[in-house]
Amino acid sequence: MRILPLITVLLVGALLIWSAQDMPDMGDPNAPTNLHVAPYYIEHSEEEVGVENIVSAILADYRGYDTLGETTVIFTAGVSVLLLLRRRED
Amino acid sequence: MKEEDVIIRTVIRLMVPFIQIFGLYVIFHGGSGPGGGFQGGVILAASMILYVMAFGVTGGRRKLTEKTNMIMRSTGVLIFSGIGLLAILFGGKYLDYGAVPLPFIHHAAEVRELLIDGGVEVGIGITVMAVMVTIFLEFYPGGTSDD
Repeated sequence: MRILPLITVLLVGALLIWSAQDMPDMGDPNAPTNLHVAPYYIEHSEEEVGVENIVSAILADYRGYDTLGETTVIFTAGVSVLLLLRRRED
Repeated sequence: MKEEDVIIRTVIRLMVPFIQIFGLYVIFHGGSGPGGGFQGGVILAASMILYVMAFGVTGGRRKLTEKTNMIMRSTGVLIFSGIGLLAILFGGKYLDYGAVPLPFIHHAAEVRELLIDGGVEVGIGITVMAVMVTIFLEFYPGGTSDD
């Protein structure tokens, strides 16, 4: 029974290593992820958002909904911790 | 919890303001350097955690009461979503900061920069700080006793 999980792990590991060969190199400018919207942000974020930091421009403006959701998630996490851990004597 | 040694208390009393200044710097310079609301909020929370470690929960609660913490937790989200609603009010899309007419500033990009640096990031920072302090105090021994 112990041999089956081992074989599964080795097979999946080999599959992952084999498929990783096709991935683009680290920081390759011609990788598909770097050709989609990234060049637009690099060229236009300064004039459109006025913020020098491109990361902040994307985070707070282009992906504003995402960041609002993140903040709400953190808020919800804090409230949940209070609800679960706070012991009341009544 | 008992208070720590006088050396620790003095050093931490000296360190906390500088940590908080750095946290505010990180929040307000999110637009022009590395940083932003999340990072700055965590730095501010770290100063509070350091203070509680030296002065105990009662000492920490004197600086940031449970009620203030509760208000701050929701105020940050309110600021962020409020700025989004403000954009709708002036005819833009939700979270389209450029639509908000600020006095003396006519360029949309400048309005965006100001609202991101002085509004959105501050809102994120307030919420992150309050939540981090909340979670820390809930797990800290004696943190839940004084409500």
